[in-house]
Amino acid sequence: MERQAIKVKINGKAYELSVPPWRTLLEVIREDLKLTGTKEGCGQGECGSCTVVMGGKTANSCLVLAMESDGQEIFTIEGLADGEKLHPVQEAFVEHAGMQCGFCTPGMIMSAKALLDRNPNPSEAEIREGIAGNFCRCTGYTKIIESIGAAAKAMKGVSRGWKSIR
Amino acid sequence: MSGKESVKMVTFYRRLPRFNYVKPKGVEEALSLLGSDEGKVRVFAGGTDVIPKLKGRLSKIPEVLVDLKGISELRFLTYDEGSGLRIGALATISEVAQEPFVKDRFGVLSQAAHAIASTQIQNRGTIVGNICNAVPSADSAPALLCLGAEVVCLSRTGERTVKVEEFFAGPNKTILRAGEIVKEIRVPKMPEGSRGLYLKLSPRSKMDLAVVGVGVMVVREDGVFKDVKIGLGAVAPTPIRAKKAEGVLVGAKANDEVIRRAAKLASEESKPIDDHRASAEYRRMMVEVLVRRGIHQCLSKEMMKEIPATGV
Repeated sequence: MERQAIKVKINGKAYELSVPPWRTLLEVIREDLKLTGTKEGCGQGECGSCTVVMGGKTANSCLVLAMESDGQEIFTIEGLADGEKLHPVQEAFVEHAGMQCGFCTPGMIMSAKALLDRNPNPSEAEIREGIAGNFCRCTGYTKIIESIGAAAKAMKGVSRGWKSIR
Repeated sequence: MSGKESVKMVTFYRRLPRFNYVKPKGVEEALSLLGSDEGKVRVFAGGTDVIPKLKGRLSKIPEVLVDLKGISELRFLTYDEGSGLRIGALATISEVAQEPFVKDRFGVLSQAAHAIASTQIQNRGTIVGNICNAVPSADSAPALLCLGAEVVCLSRTGERTVKVEEFFAGPNKTILRAGEIVKEIRVPKMPEGSRGLYLKLSPRSKMDLAVVGVGVMVVREDGVFKDVKIGLGAVAPTPIRAKKAEGVLVGAKANDEVIRRAAKLASEESKPIDDHRASAEYRRMMVEVLVRRGIHQCLSKEMMKEIPATGV
């Protein structure tokens, strides 16, 4: 069970890594690359706190083997802000208090960003569905939904997609 | 805590056990890997069922995991009049849920795919994987049952096609033999004027398993049921067809009386169990309610193009 070589691009930066085949993408992101913004919650693909965007689509990084990410372009919560300048979705979460303890927030924001890329003007029902795979145990979701609605408004006319981010 | 013996502790490991990983480029290579080391090799596509099972040490730990995602010939989702709908082993749940020709022609399947877990899971998991995992509550199963789907199984000795109702052998069991994989699911072209939908009963509208899942497909001509198929999930050891109920309907004049009779029969055909999600009695009662509702909704003029699959 040799380590195997993979090439990934994470938040625009290219990495060449050597990983044991049983390591998850989440473990590699957090432990090897020290990108600890992405959280581990349940570890079983239920809670969504490990959500990253891979190949333009959200995925639970706790269920993805690092090997599967070979050749992929990945974005984590760290890839959203431009230096000190927060992304509009992050701004909206701050402005509208879309978090309490903050543990679900990175995954929640990644799902929200992916939702707004697909659907720039979502209804409340569509927002609820867009974050159905992300559990929050503090807020009761109301503030999160308000934040995402506000982000949609703030992002009118802003270019979308992951390419536009650093 | 007293009565310690009665509490069965389940250890959940956060880390995966050790295994090797291979990503073949072709079907031949994958099949020879599978055939070479029986029981020690396991294939996966999305991994959304395999990885949690391995983390939980709930299934045999393979020496080698074979990732099918490198095999481009398994990556397809096509429709044409002749061969109908073909769902390749690597077609994700998202792709099937969102594909316009699936929505338009096989609405019941589109709705069922949409009802599975979350966006994250739908983006990774596959429809073929959903049936290979073979849980009785698999959302895609009732839909595939009422669409008359067939499963194409592939091994080094050749290809065989089985009806989807013969594919499931029990909870978490399929008829797949050692060394065999599912290449694709085929769904025949639906007759003109057919309508179908999937109704999922579960306490939560997302991220929850079906307490009862009902797929129905109805063809009505001149006020008579020309064809009806009913698929039931989570109410028997495997997903099942409610054939007695279908039998009562086909050829009968479409009215509430016969629909009620059929729904009752469907309920009698189900063999649910009591578990923490629901009692068998409740499940049986809800089969009756949902079958009746499903058929009525298929017949209603104002049947929306997209009836929400959940929140019945």
